[in-house]
Amino acid sequence: MTSLRAPLIKGLAKAPTGIAGFDEATGGGLPHGRTTLVVGGPGSGKTVLALQFLTHGAHACKEPGIFVAFEESTNNIVVNAESFGWELAALTRQKKLFFVDAHPGSDIVSSGNFDLGGMLAALELQVKTMKARRIVFDALDVVLALLPDLASQRRELYRLHDWLLAHQLTGVLSAKTSVDGTRDMGSRIFDVAQFMVDCALILNHRAVLGVSQRNLRVLKYRGSGFDENEAPFLIGKQGVEVAVTRAPGRVSVKASSERVSSGVERLDTMLGGGYFRGASVLITGFSGTAKTTLSAAFAEAACQRGERTLFVTFDSEYSEVIRNLLSVGIRLDRYVKSGILRMISARTIAGSAETYLVRVKAFAKEHQARCIVIDPISLWASPGSDMTTQSVADRLIHWSKGDGTTLVCTNLLDELSSEMEGGSQLQISALADTWIHLNYVVQAGERNRGLSIVKSRGTAHSNQVRELILSDQGVTLADTYTAGGEVLMGTLRWQKESAERMANVATDVDEKRKRVELDTDEAALAVRIKSLQTELLAKQVEKDLLARTTERSQGELSKGRTQMKESRGADAVKPGQR
Amino acid sequence: MSRRPQFKFRLYLAGDALNSTQALANLRALCRTYLPDRHVIEIVDVFKEPKRALEDGIFMTPTLVKLAPLPTRKIVGTLNHTATVLTALGLEPVTS
Repeated sequence: MTSLRAPLIKGLAKAPTGIAGFDEATGGGLPHGRTTLVVGGPGSGKTVLALQFLTHGAHACKEPGIFVAFEESTNNIVVNAESFGWELAALTRQKKLFFVDAHPGSDIVSSGNFDLGGMLAALELQVKTMKARRIVFDALDVVLALLPDLASQRRELYRLHDWLLAHQLTGVLSAKTSVDGTRDMGSRIFDVAQFMVDCALILNHRAVLGVSQRNLRVLKYRGSGFDENEAPFLIGKQGVEVAVTRAPGRVSVKASSERVSSGVERLDTMLGGGYFRGASVLITGFSGTAKTTLSAAFAEAACQRGERTLFVTFDSEYSEVIRNLLSVGIRLDRYVKSGILRMISARTIAGSAETYLVRVKAFAKEHQARCIVIDPISLWASPGSDMTTQSVADRLIHWSKGDGTTLVCTNLLDELSSEMEGGSQLQISALADTWIHLNYVVQAGERNRGLSIVKSRGTAHSNQVRELILSDQGVTLADTYTAGGEVLMGTLRWQKESAERMANVATDVDEKRKRVELDTDEAALAVRIKSLQTELLAKQVEKDLLARTTERSQGELSKGRTQMKESRGADAVKPGQR
Repeated sequence: MSRRPQFKFRLYLAGDALNSTQALANLRALCRTYLPDRHVIEIVDVFKEPKRALEDGIFMTPTLVKLAPLPTRKIVGTLNHTATVLTALGLEPVTS
């Protein structure tokens, strides 16, 4: 819905606040040259938000700012904001930021009507001197409460508003409301104010199941699209950070068809080439099923490709994680040293799932991570209500997708929960693109690790359970044997494998023997052929010899007869006569 | 009777805005009644001297500052509730 209004955003100039998430949710920041009302309960972050708006203007937008403090002394405000690293003192020295202590003092006596004309005259001078473009009136309710009636309050509010518009200042008015953020304290003046201003924000701070939860809601924003839902926010190291549920007007990120290796070659094959770039991968399993190892293999592969990677571990100290991974041949220490891999022990982060999300996002941004491993994400689920953690998981995935970051999360399962409840804690299984489940298969007195791909969107994937084998050479998958409808793993698989090998050997020998036999037969036949040929030759020679002998003896006979005749001197015998 | 202290006032006004002129009139009347011949009124028009208002931390007009006798007090508004003003100044209302 909001995206339909996106074109309107261009029509109105925005004053960026520098608040992570807020500028996205409002299409650029607060309305430029207009007035914004910020209401919220005590400690809801109004002052921090307003001050951040000013410092961002001074630092990044060449818009000097004035902070008018009605409630706290300006000294306190500066000291309180020191931890955010906004360099307030330097900005004040450079005349980019000016604090006005308009704190009325507790001993002030009010008698009769008064107005803010004096203040505005004084501020006008200051605005001209420093060419201020932004101004904050913090805790305006304090000064308005001194006025005797609603009519005077309204008059002064309009005076202030007109003054801001006349000077085209981007103004922020902040005011206290009751804790729940629904009703303002004591006076109804801010109902009037909400109609008057161009933009109104409501901040609240409440505890949900004992976990602190801060929310920001844009109540109105004239002439601009905005995210209408309550957005959780945090006051972190750099000030206010708002979690954006949906950013209006943001083009959906083109799904990548690029594959990234899971770090396990055979798993890549099972997935048809690896995880998709920018996909979110969930690895579920009981403790000790090698979830960490599998996710670390992915991290190592990412580092090998030279992609900056963030590894968030909740389970133990990260140095322990690195040491433990050495035993399976995954060496992350060198990447930590080279700076390509950033490992974070999230044990130290205390707070709601929201806090984790914002911290992880901050770390990822700082590290410019392309791949993120969160091990395990299930620990986020413990504090805070179900609804918020679910939306956190939703936003985590949405955010990583938007950034094109490949996300691998592991989820520790309770030994008691069934496999199908696997990803239910954070409802992340429904959101994840790829869900890999690791479990133990107990068979013949052994526990072996089985890996199955429960789902993988957009990928033809193997439906077979594989055995996950960890060795000091790394992580591999082994084919499993199905025998009699049962999947064989571990020793049974080994037995099956060796039986098959033995059978193969036997067949081999058999074949060889047969071949030798045949060779022998062949040789014998050849020999026989040879001898027969020899015999044949002998016979032919004999026959030939016989023929010649016969011829010669006949010749001899006739010759002899002639000689005899000659010697006898007998008459020539006519042929045919004897 | 011991010598009574001299009162020094400074009144910050916003030009001739209605409540500023009212405040000046109320202050003058009050001084006439309660502090005859022992008061000094300094008038600062913040429209003419905005820098001074900024330096003195005056943001609501009219504002009356009692500089002497000590302690200093600030009273904002038209000063139309005489009783409140007198109490703030440490003066007793005249009961006549």
